[in-house]
Amino acid sequence: MHIEIDQDRCCAAGQCVLAADDIFDQRDEDGVVVLLDHVPDNADALARAQEAAGLCPAGAIDVKD
Amino acid sequence: MTETALPTTAHGTADSTAATEPATCPHSAPRNAPLVAPDTAGPAPEHPRYPLARAAGCPFDPPAELAGLREHEPFSRVRVWDGTPAWLVTRYQDQRAILTDSRFSADATRPGFPTQSPGIAARRRSGNPLPFITMDDPDHNRVRRMFTSYFSVKRARALVPRLNEIIDGLLDDMERAGAPVDLVSTFALPLPSLVIAEILGVPREDQHLFQSRSRVLISMNSTANETMEAMEELGSYLGDLIDAKVTDPQDDLISQVAVDHMLTGGTTRARLVQDAMLLLIAGHETTTNMIALGTLALMRNPAQLKAVRDAEDPAAVAGAVEELLRYLTIVHTGRRRLATEDVEISGQLIRAGEGVILSNDSANRDATVFDDPDELDITRPNARRHLAFGQGTHQCLGQNLARQELQLAYPALLRRFPGLRPAVEEEAIRYKHDAVVYGVYELPVAW
Repeated sequence: MHIEIDQDRCCAAGQCVLAADDIFDQRDEDGVVVLLDHVPDNADALARAQEAAGLCPAGAIDVKD
Repeated sequence: MTETALPTTAHGTADSTAATEPATCPHSAPRNAPLVAPDTAGPAPEHPRYPLARAAGCPFDPPAELAGLREHEPFSRVRVWDGTPAWLVTRYQDQRAILTDSRFSADATRPGFPTQSPGIAARRRSGNPLPFITMDDPDHNRVRRMFTSYFSVKRARALVPRLNEIIDGLLDDMERAGAPVDLVSTFALPLPSLVIAEILGVPREDQHLFQSRSRVLISMNSTANETMEAMEELGSYLGDLIDAKVTDPQDDLISQVAVDHMLTGGTTRARLVQDAMLLLIAGHETTTNMIALGTLALMRNPAQLKAVRDAEDPAAVAGAVEELLRYLTIVHTGRRRLATEDVEISGQLIRAGEGVILSNDSANRDATVFDDPDELDITRPNARRHLAFGQGTHQCLGQNLARQELQLAYPALLRRFPGLRPAVEEEAIRYKHDAVVYGVYELPVAW
């Protein structure tokens, strides 16, 4: 699984954290998306990452298998 | 809280309560039926006036005509309160496409923008800046990010103990008062009011000031003068509060944004006043209405009420909250944008300078996304795809706080009062047809 995030586009809505808080987090200073250091890589995680990408209101997440 | 333009909207749609009640709610209407009652004065309307009226006796359903429009005329022509024409966009996918397209502007000061009320025009004349929800990126995101850290998922989760404390205190008061009590004034309103006031750093004793001014600002029946007066009072209050916080900063949003961004030139006092006003109003009006209207919807669906009350899995409650957000879509007068260039959406050309209204209540009943969309189903697997918080980079800043409050409030209320029920007949309940955020004015309950 390969995930790209666009911190400039991010509007800090937090949808990605709700969908997958073992993959995404929000920076303390402004709520902007960050990827966690150790991200699970399995079918379940992929599905949740894709869900996060689909829910992201800013289109700031891109997930590739 | 949602990013909804404040103050807002058009002439009342309260006439929807006047007709006799049908036995069931019509979810579609004949296409040749008039969309709204004709005006009693003035020239014949060229296009139907938006917002449309809800069908009598169907307080939880969007205006019935929206289903027909979604099916047959997904881009239709309407006009708003001052006659400005706009495209009414009713399908889920089209709304998503527009709300995530930077060629559509949220700047309500652009000529031809389909504003929600005379108050917007008055504010434009007043010379005050408009809050960040009416700005476009990248400026919008720059200002929005001054506030986003206060509304992250982590912050909302960290508030849980304090939220529970406030909730328990209010439920204690309700219990002491004894049935019947008005759920709105005893619980639904004070909970989010106290919470947003604490986050911003607004003293608890001043909550009635912002609640009363807020009511004026979100009423569709307020005149431009009433709107300006309420805004000036609240703005003057918040300006004084900002000055006090600059002198003696506290651990709250207004203090920190004033010190970090206003004193360093990232924003102005006038802008911070407007943005703080937006957060204060949006932070309590929306959640108040979700608590009260959501509780009423659950009381009308006893099996689902019981499931929320007895749920042991927090995920089940979270799912129920998403479904209530979808089903009720209390921001019921549409998100609005203006095309800045010619854009084609699903084969429909929208020309530069034309306004669009995205009726999120319609999108959230779109059967191409949600099965049996007119049914409340708290186990609906994809409820969270709703557009109740909007879509695009303007999506509700306070959504995680709102979710957290609702996820705690419904079960706590229902567990404290397992026999909770309305204390009045349906006919006696006054719905907020005339407010930009829908709900109930009062909800007497017993247990």
